[in-house]
Amino acid sequence: MAAAKAPEGAVYDTFPKLLLRNASIYGDRPAMREKDLGIWQTWTWKEVLEIVRRYALGLKKLGLKPGDKVAIIGDNRPRLYWTFAAVQSLGAIPVPSYQDAVAEEMVYVLKHADAAFAIVEDQEQVDKVLSVSDQLPKLKKVIYDDDRGLQEYDHKNLHGFEQVIELGQKEMDKDPKALERLDAGIAKGKGTDVGVFLYTSGTTGQPKGVVLSNDNILLSAINGNAFDNLDETEEVLAYLPMAWVGDHVFSYGQSYTAGFCVSCPESRDTINDDRREIGPTYFFAPPRVFEILLTQITVNMEDAGALKRKMYSYFMDVAKRSGEKILNGESVSFMERLKYQLGEFFVYGPLKNQMGMSRLKVGYTAGEAIGPEIFSFYRSLGLNLKQLYGQTEAGIYVTIQPDGEIRSDTVGPPAPDVEIKIDKNGEVLYRSPGVFLEYYKNKAATRSTKTKDGWVHSGDAGFFDDEGHLRVIDRAKDVGKLKDGTLIPPKYIENKLKFFPNIQEAVAFGDGREYCTAFINIDLTSVSNWAERNSVIYGSYQELAGHPDVYSMIEEHVREVNRQLAGEGDLAGAQIRRFLILHKELDPDDGEITRTAKVRRGFVGERYKPLVDALYNKKKYKQHISTEVTFEDGRAGKLAADVEIRDVPLEEIPEHHMQEAAE
Amino acid sequence: MNVAAKDIAKGQNILEIDGISLSFGGVKAIRDVSFDVKKGEIRAIIGPNGAGKTSMLNVINGFYHPQEGTINYKGAKRHDMRPYVAATQGIARTFQNVALFAGMSTLDNIMSGRMLKMKVSLPWHFIRFGPAEREELEHRERVEHIIDFLEIQAIRRTPVGRLPYGLQKRVELGRALAMEPELLLLDEPMAGMNLEEKEDMSRYILDVNDQFGTTIALIEHDMGVVMDLSDRVLVLDYGEKIADGTPDEIKNNQNVIDAYLGVAH
Repeated sequence: MAAAKAPEGAVYDTFPKLLLRNASIYGDRPAMREKDLGIWQTWTWKEVLEIVRRYALGLKKLGLKPGDKVAIIGDNRPRLYWTFAAVQSLGAIPVPSYQDAVAEEMVYVLKHADAAFAIVEDQEQVDKVLSVSDQLPKLKKVIYDDDRGLQEYDHKNLHGFEQVIELGQKEMDKDPKALERLDAGIAKGKGTDVGVFLYTSGTTGQPKGVVLSNDNILLSAINGNAFDNLDETEEVLAYLPMAWVGDHVFSYGQSYTAGFCVSCPESRDTINDDRREIGPTYFFAPPRVFEILLTQITVNMEDAGALKRKMYSYFMDVAKRSGEKILNGESVSFMERLKYQLGEFFVYGPLKNQMGMSRLKVGYTAGEAIGPEIFSFYRSLGLNLKQLYGQTEAGIYVTIQPDGEIRSDTVGPPAPDVEIKIDKNGEVLYRSPGVFLEYYKNKAATRSTKTKDGWVHSGDAGFFDDEGHLRVIDRAKDVGKLKDGTLIPPKYIENKLKFFPNIQEAVAFGDGREYCTAFINIDLTSVSNWAERNSVIYGSYQELAGHPDVYSMIEEHVREVNRQLAGEGDLAGAQIRRFLILHKELDPDDGEITRTAKVRRGFVGERYKPLVDALYNKKKYKQHISTEVTFEDGRAGKLAADVEIRDVPLEEIPEHHMQEAAE
Repeated sequence: MNVAAKDIAKGQNILEIDGISLSFGGVKAIRDVSFDVKKGEIRAIIGPNGAGKTSMLNVINGFYHPQEGTINYKGAKRHDMRPYVAATQGIARTFQNVALFAGMSTLDNIMSGRMLKMKVSLPWHFIRFGPAEREELEHRERVEHIIDFLEIQAIRRTPVGRLPYGLQKRVELGRALAMEPELLLLDEPMAGMNLEEKEDMSRYILDVNDQFGTTIALIEHDMGVVMDLSDRVLVLDYGEKIADGTPDEIKNNQNVIDAYLGVAH
């Protein structure tokens, strides 16, 4: 398969080869940054190559063999990114794993992948791995980045990153041929070789190990670079989990193919400050991040002085009217353009600067549907925010929105080199050079997902609209039916609810029942701010969630969703009849949502069965519930509450739809 | 420092308190208390309210001058002194009620802990360039290490008055650490904290002891914390020493149980 071609005609079809290329053509350009001790430290491509070489030789000395699997666990750190290239230089396979998983979750991936080495960030991760090491007979060595608190550990099979580099340096000093052998090994690597295992987040059942070749990632990355004209001058901030395909393609694949610099934040809490300092030109975030940013802005504006509030609301109106049109290159009157320019100077510019998006060339959001208002808010500021639809199995890209064809309710036409077809039952199927090789050690799942001629069942239900844009409505198997046969896409309904800033999370039920119902999680930032302004007094999340005024506000939102659904033909039957506000936030530590913040509807339904039953018992308006919760330190406790249930009246179907139905 | 080295170091006394009595007019706050603190250990001082714990810390730190008894610090008999002299000798402390500069940032508050280490004279600092700048950079680097150690990067520039209580306590610990103390006195480091904050703080105390080899004497009311953290525990009641020993010995000591639970008369 063809890959990145250099002028001389050499083929760069693996990451170590690309690293050699980058060190020679972009040698003194920055490759990686990290904020340490309050200062941004930079490594050039040349320096990265030197480190990766020593690192690889050190790992080899410690016994890493071609084909071995290496688990990588931690926040986004330069050394962990270098681990990818060092491990791949030896023909071994990196397996990034979610860093905030508890030990029991982590052991599954490490065991299933047959990890021989685990390269981890710090003491926290070392402790987790060591606590389950008796279940991991194949694990030989653990290597850590940050040595804090680890001095007194038994260092027989535990090594610090610096020691490994030293070991590599010694190998180089001892045997001048060592480097040549390493380079010869790199030259032997092929694009079709297995490049990486990426585990799915496990929305449904146990995570599956998606085996991706070097080509899968590289071709996707090259296509992505070409699509948005990304080159070596881009700046990105790596802050999403390294185990997620998005980060692997954006912060590793695209960086190595285009040669741009990746910056790692100082800590997880400083991401917003770090983004402001770096000013990324290319940015990726799940809708949640954009929602949180917008909520913060709105809350801050409400606390601002009268003049500022006035300016903000005036210019935001201008942006709402004309911002998106200007961005899309449509015609806008001269006066409007002038006002927009003034707005840019007084409001949009400073706002973008606050968000660290002043230099943004293109931004993407994916993973979940984004609220239309949120989407157009950012676009109206002149930020080129787009959507894409992707999967781990596709090496991310399935569809992507090209400039000028951007809509909030579709995910765009097929990405370059991707073919898409819709199955009889509405499932989306795709085929592309990014399509994965197999699920590791799971032939049955591979067979049922990937057909012989390379089509992948996405598991998502969707359809193409008139303009050839894909619309994804829900997981194909989640689309349920009410007793009377009405189709209900729960996620579609949940997303409509979640578009209200006051609602953080929603879970819709109805499959096999008489009507549709929903659990609601309030958004603490936004609702508490509302409470403050309206003198609503509360002592805890639970109390705020159960407050009658909060209930009334949420009921208004639910009615609005019903009004929307009533206007959507067949979905009119899927209106929410009863709802309740949950007494606790859905939490990945309790297994209620996945690490990528997707609701596990089935599990939630089981866990809160008394509440679901009460929703379908029309006489009940209060239900007691007691649940086990896991605290952040892993201890368990009990949380009990009486949860109120509210009825919501049905909205009438608007007239033009009645007529359509009659015709 | 490895385990063996630490054990050896524990043999030496960094501080010996011998027959200390302290009274305020007619009130006897401390009566004839003797104990020692070994180098590299975590030493807890516990006791019911009004037992004289904070007074004891104030004596060690030179704020109160006992009427009787002697104090040996680092092998030398200590005379009555002002707290800043104690500070120059390597004794740092945090307070029961947070005593930070509320309007200053976290960074500046911790920088203030470096005050005693600043050698360049004030006029140079007015000019700022030259020696003063070099010195500031050097101190700033130390402070950044502490910020990294306590994981408070995100609040580096935030005025401490705006921080939640748990974080303020952590900044206060940072300021004490900036003095690079040999003996660190912590007065109720976990008071008013929730479980998670307590666990974080315990972690930091253990890490300070481990990584810098700092000797720590702390007052604390949370018995779980005391028993888990400390190497030895001193128990005071009405200004008198009623027990002294390892956490296990203290747990089973009848005097201690009586002092805390009361006795039937």
